[in-house]
Amino acid sequence: MSMNSQGRPTRSEGAEMNAAQETFTGNRALILEEKLIFESGSIDRTGIDLPAAPDAPSKLGGLERTVDIGLPGLSESETVRHYTRLSRQNYGIDLGFFPLGSCTMKHNPRLNEKMARLPGFADIHPLQPQQTVQGAYRVIDELADWLKTLTGMPAVAMSPKAGAHGELCGVLAIRSALEARGDAREVILVPESAHGTNPATAAFAGYKVEDIPATKEGRVDLDALVARLGPDVAGVMITNPNTCGLFERDMKKISDAVHAAGGFVYCDGANFNAIVGKVRPGDLGIDAMHINLHKTFSTPHGGGGPGSGPVVFSQALAPYAPLPFVEKQGEEYRLVEEENAEEHHASSFGRMVAFHGQMGMFTRALTYMLSHGADGLKQVSEDAVLNANYILRSLEDVLDAPFAPSGPCMHEALFSDKGFADGFSTLDLAKGLIDEGFHPMTMYFPLVVHGAMLIEPTETESKDAIDEFVGALRHVVSAAKAGDANLKAAPHHAPRRRLDETMAARKPVLVYKDSEAAT
Amino acid sequence: MSRYFTEDHEWIEVNGSVATVGITDYAQEQLGDVVFVEVPESGKELTKGDDAAVVESVKAASDVYAPVSGKVNGGNAALADDPSLINTDPEGEGWFFKLDLSDAGQLDGLMDDAAYKEFVASL
Repeated sequence: MSMNSQGRPTRSEGAEMNAAQETFTGNRALILEEKLIFESGSIDRTGIDLPAAPDAPSKLGGLERTVDIGLPGLSESETVRHYTRLSRQNYGIDLGFFPLGSCTMKHNPRLNEKMARLPGFADIHPLQPQQTVQGAYRVIDELADWLKTLTGMPAVAMSPKAGAHGELCGVLAIRSALEARGDAREVILVPESAHGTNPATAAFAGYKVEDIPATKEGRVDLDALVARLGPDVAGVMITNPNTCGLFERDMKKISDAVHAAGGFVYCDGANFNAIVGKVRPGDLGIDAMHINLHKTFSTPHGGGGPGSGPVVFSQALAPYAPLPFVEKQGEEYRLVEEENAEEHHASSFGRMVAFHGQMGMFTRALTYMLSHGADGLKQVSEDAVLNANYILRSLEDVLDAPFAPSGPCMHEALFSDKGFADGFSTLDLAKGLIDEGFHPMTMYFPLVVHGAMLIEPTETESKDAIDEFVGALRHVVSAAKAGDANLKAAPHHAPRRRLDETMAARKPVLVYKDSEAAT
Repeated sequence: MSRYFTEDHEWIEVNGSVATVGITDYAQEQLGDVVFVEVPESGKELTKGDDAAVVESVKAASDVYAPVSGKVNGGNAALADDPSLINTDPEGEGWFFKLDLSDAGQLDGLMDDAAYKEFVASL
């Protein structure tokens, strides 16, 4: 087997592949086998001709580098080809179905892109005089209005830059509200059915995290939660709809109980796509919730663009929301920042980012809202839920669906590995799906289900696309149940065969090291 | 010397006043290949139920709890270099840490080998 300088095999490995199938170059038709950029070209090659450095005395006092810097040397065309070839090996939502549960990998409409690229939005700078960016401020303000209307909450912080950043924003506001009344509570309760980032956020904000168990039907155990409430509990962090794909029906009871005990309710809004236009979180007694514009409101993510996680607040937490925010005064928009916050926002807990947030994502999300309209957004969530239920019912005869008896699911369907042949796991199934041309679903999460498979089709997949996926998945499931040795060796057709994930985690190689280059 | 088990799939072997703690074969099987372990430092006082150690596999990260109260009397340094010991020999070489017991009475509530086997079979 041919190996590169890092000891990794440089071409697909596979005993069953006979010599006739191997090519001389390692390329497969026009899918090219690509070396690392450091292994390509040579150090003395550059894309640009520069005159030789003049022979001047050094001013570095003996600190000059004495060995090569070790940068790759490629011409412009070689560089362009390198990255274009790599991009052809990538898989994204523009290539096919992306059923990652809890990620809401929906289509990113091209109209969003067109609007975000308008020079008045794309070519402005956050430090420009405010009078020259009134249009951009209007976008932020109108988007804020949509978010407040859809959630039924009176305030929104637009600046948080992703879901977990939004969670932190919400928990810091809770902390500020408690400090303002001189109440030093230490514990945040997180149900098992919540997102994994929730306990991480609470711990990061300095709270002690305690689990609340899930019921057999996959929802928060209300009795256990109420029993744990007390003067040391700052609040709860609940994901609704939860990671079992179910709506927390007791949400209002939970909120009332938490409020009665003096705590606050944070809701992880990552799964808002299932309930937009149907349920207003403010009506459920929620005090803070982040909204992933990059999930629910179709802005690109997963390498395609930065996240954006605005946080809506209840009246109780609104005074503590972070700076800055846009405010309309008469016909003019202005930014409320440190300099003018004392006028009416003196309790703000401070600032989470340097500027206003992800402007490009605000433009895309508002475009999405305006192009769908209120009725269209409602249909989005209906179709997302319909698609997920179609998947649940199309697979429950071959895959164990532990919460199927709990009734319809929301935006995602959850299955377990029960019934697979001995030694066959969810991982094997995922590799088999790759061979069939599908990105695998979310695996091994949530933890409440053994060998979990969490599938979220979103509303943007057609029935044909879902039928094709279901057909492929049923085929791979039957191989896993039959103990088909071929599945254990999958993927057979990917650019690389099965990677050693254990070794990659135990002994990760994170930096290219060439013995001749400087370290 | 006697060995006890918890419902969190930890084992505890008591030798005089010193207890050795690890996770069971069932636990390592559920976790899959272990890739990282963090054991507590000697001298740390643990109360029963406290987070004592962290074990991370290709699938998930989990806390290992103190099954009884006591003061940490050494962690298994070999796990840092070779976390696979937890997969190959979870109830031997793959032990996590030792505790100087502060309340031997807490052992009474734990399961013995037969009871734990029955517990696992019921899952």
